[in-house]
Amino acid sequence: MIVELGHYFLVLALALAIVQSVLPVVGARIGHAGYMRSADWTSVMSALLVAGSFAALTYAYVNSDFSVANVWQNSHSRQPLLYKYTSVWGNHEGSLLLWILILALFAALVAVFGRNLPADLRANVLGVQAWIMVAFLLFALFTSNPFERLDEPPLEGRDLNPILQDIGLAIHPPLLYVGYVGFSITFAFAAAAMICGRIDAAWARWVRPWTLLAWVFLTAGISMGSYWAYYELGWGGWWFWDPVENASFMPWLAGTALLHSALVMEKREALRIWTVLLAILTFSMSLLGTFLVRSGVLTSVHAFATDPSRGVFILAILTVFIGGSLALFAARAGTLRQGGLFAPISREGALVFNNLFLTTAMATVLIGTLYPLILEAFGGAKISVGPPFFNLTFGPLMVPLLLAVPFGPLLSWKRADLLAALSRLYFALGAAFVAVLTVLGLTAGGEVAAALGIGLAVWLMIGAFAEVITRSRAFSGGGSTLRRLAGLPGSMWGTALAHFGLGVTLLGIVAVSAFEREAIDNLTPGGSMTIADYQIELVRVGPVRGPNYVEDVVHFQVTGPSGNRFAMAPSKRVYTARTMTTTEAAIRTIGFSQLYLSVGDINADGSLVVRAWWKYQVILIWLGTLVMVAGGCVSLADRRLRVGAPRPARTRGKRELANA
Amino acid sequence: MTRKQKRLAGIGSIAVVLALAVGLVLVALRDEIVFFYSPTDIIVEAKTGTGQRFRLGGLVKPGSIVKDGTTVRFVVTDTDHDLPVTYVGILPDLFREGQGVVAEGRLGADNQFAADTVLAKHDETYMPKEVADTLKDKGVWKGEQ
Repeated sequence: MIVELGHYFLVLALALAIVQSVLPVVGARIGHAGYMRSADWTSVMSALLVAGSFAALTYAYVNSDFSVANVWQNSHSRQPLLYKYTSVWGNHEGSLLLWILILALFAALVAVFGRNLPADLRANVLGVQAWIMVAFLLFALFTSNPFERLDEPPLEGRDLNPILQDIGLAIHPPLLYVGYVGFSITFAFAAAAMICGRIDAAWARWVRPWTLLAWVFLTAGISMGSYWAYYELGWGGWWFWDPVENASFMPWLAGTALLHSALVMEKREALRIWTVLLAILTFSMSLLGTFLVRSGVLTSVHAFATDPSRGVFILAILTVFIGGSLALFAARAGTLRQGGLFAPISREGALVFNNLFLTTAMATVLIGTLYPLILEAFGGAKISVGPPFFNLTFGPLMVPLLLAVPFGPLLSWKRADLLAALSRLYFALGAAFVAVLTVLGLTAGGEVAAALGIGLAVWLMIGAFAEVITRSRAFSGGGSTLRRLAGLPGSMWGTALAHFGLGVTLLGIVAVSAFEREAIDNLTPGGSMTIADYQIELVRVGPVRGPNYVEDVVHFQVTGPSGNRFAMAPSKRVYTARTMTTTEAAIRTIGFSQLYLSVGDINADGSLVVRAWWKYQVILIWLGTLVMVAGGCVSLADRRLRVGAPRPARTRGKRELANA
Repeated sequence: MTRKQKRLAGIGSIAVVLALAVGLVLVALRDEIVFFYSPTDIIVEAKTGTGQRFRLGGLVKPGSIVKDGTTVRFVVTDTDHDLPVTYVGILPDLFREGQGVVAEGRLGADNQFAADTVLAKHDETYMPKEVADTLKDKGVWKGEQ
């Protein structure tokens, strides 16, 4: 009964979304206030309905109702409760429902917090959001209904794919989806602005917090996914340039560019056409990612079970939304007046530089991801494009961008002095040189690339705080430095933190790529191997019975360089429902580095293959992204940028002066 | 600079960056992509020489897995032809006899394929698409569809 109710709610939500996709837009057109206001309650109502539908599916999962096909395929009665919850989005149908839920929640958020948006803009934003809702609700109801029943309910479910039974998966998709789908609001704002013909600084001010919100979640989601792959897949890699990773990375690159260009538009009314195009592009990348993951065109670790009708449906959605928005853009772009002249060396110039490199880098990732598909579709050879391609294309494009990052915030608007900016970066430059020389010295000149990479990371990390230090006149004496530091706007701290985090991530990437150590050996109990000053002894192998699996735990005794000893226990698990084996790696964090142990099958003679990695400074990769997320949050908390709280137009001029 | 010169300089620098990116992509597409072959492609059609990196796909021949310390030997077959593979390391959890597999590496002078990566699959019902296509071509595909 509850399952049917969930299904019914979904259909009701579709009906409401159809109303919402027409009425407010017509209202804005003819100036009917009532029609426009209707979007407020329809979007809140459909959010509630989809939430109810999601709750119904969750109910079916938690109670192991195997008469529902989706539950039967992806759950098991003996699964721990947490994984019964996460199973809901551990499959195509359920995760699509989560997608729609987030879509609906964002619309409701705009309806609730967007009270001070102009009525016609708000009506159009909610109308456009409803178009996306209609498309995805139709997709869910016609090709991917999670509430389908089985005629003869089986006694036991087929269990969630074991590698998805993990706390990392519990949080990774929801975070990622909030980011991915969050860009739909930016898209809706862009389309609505073009419909209303209102694309100005105020528009950029309204859009930026939403972009930032989506960006924060996307960053956290990608980072979480990367850490999950790192420890769960058992081969110690943290980024594979897998098409599905790229599918989430492309919207991230576009979204990062959008954050920066919206800044120019907000402060200087320049780059209007470009910013609107970028808003469309970012969500197009989200849609493309959805298509790649769910259509089955990819050979990927993430690909869901395939069904050709789904692929065609998403391709249709993709074409309609990207094509439609670009057509609207083409029709309206001509009417936009470019404002705000600026010299090449200026804050605007730096942000254009940022956008140029980010979007170009995104284009190379796009080519690398789609090229094999296109080649095969036209009957060409079967190829795969892997890390070497991206290292050669994406890597070099990042270098000038990263070198330029510390300059950006130090340049003034309109016209700036590069040497003056550099003079504030002498300290960062010096530190970077010291870092390069230190690494060269320690490795006896053997790791030039790593030394330069670490120098670049140090340049980013220290340079990130140059603006904060300059503004607070730190180190220039006076007891009020701290007070001045605290008084700086949150967005300035946000920028500093985000850029600092980027440096930290880069440091981790360079360090682990250059100084990672790997050892592999076939050990029997009592045998030992050495990696990076750590002696690893295999003590014994013991069987353990878990709730829905049995495992062979391999106990190791590790002796560190200072004689410290600790135990590590990787294992081989067999999940009984699917008789599927997984490798559970053992990880010991030492400082920012990790010792990573993974084991193979136990051979007939009791020996087993042990693979050990010394992952030097690897944690910094994810710590850096957390700092970026923190930067985004600090910036969001800035009163002037709070979601839905644009500052009133009357006082804008005054505050602009105060900030200058 | 006049407004026109500024615009030209801007377009010029954008063109330079794009040209750089296109150049990098073209070089990378020439040198850094990995082709996918079946054992028949290698043995009969000799599509690749020794030392070139490629992906080999097919089924793991039943009874062919031999472990020797950290080295594993097995045979990849497309039912017409077989190609022996050596790999050092831990095989993915779903590596099984009779199942589809994709291995990446180089063909040695002894006509043995030295794999440095054996692709893991996330799902036991999942067959790498390339392998499925190859097997369909050979008429031995027994999967759904």
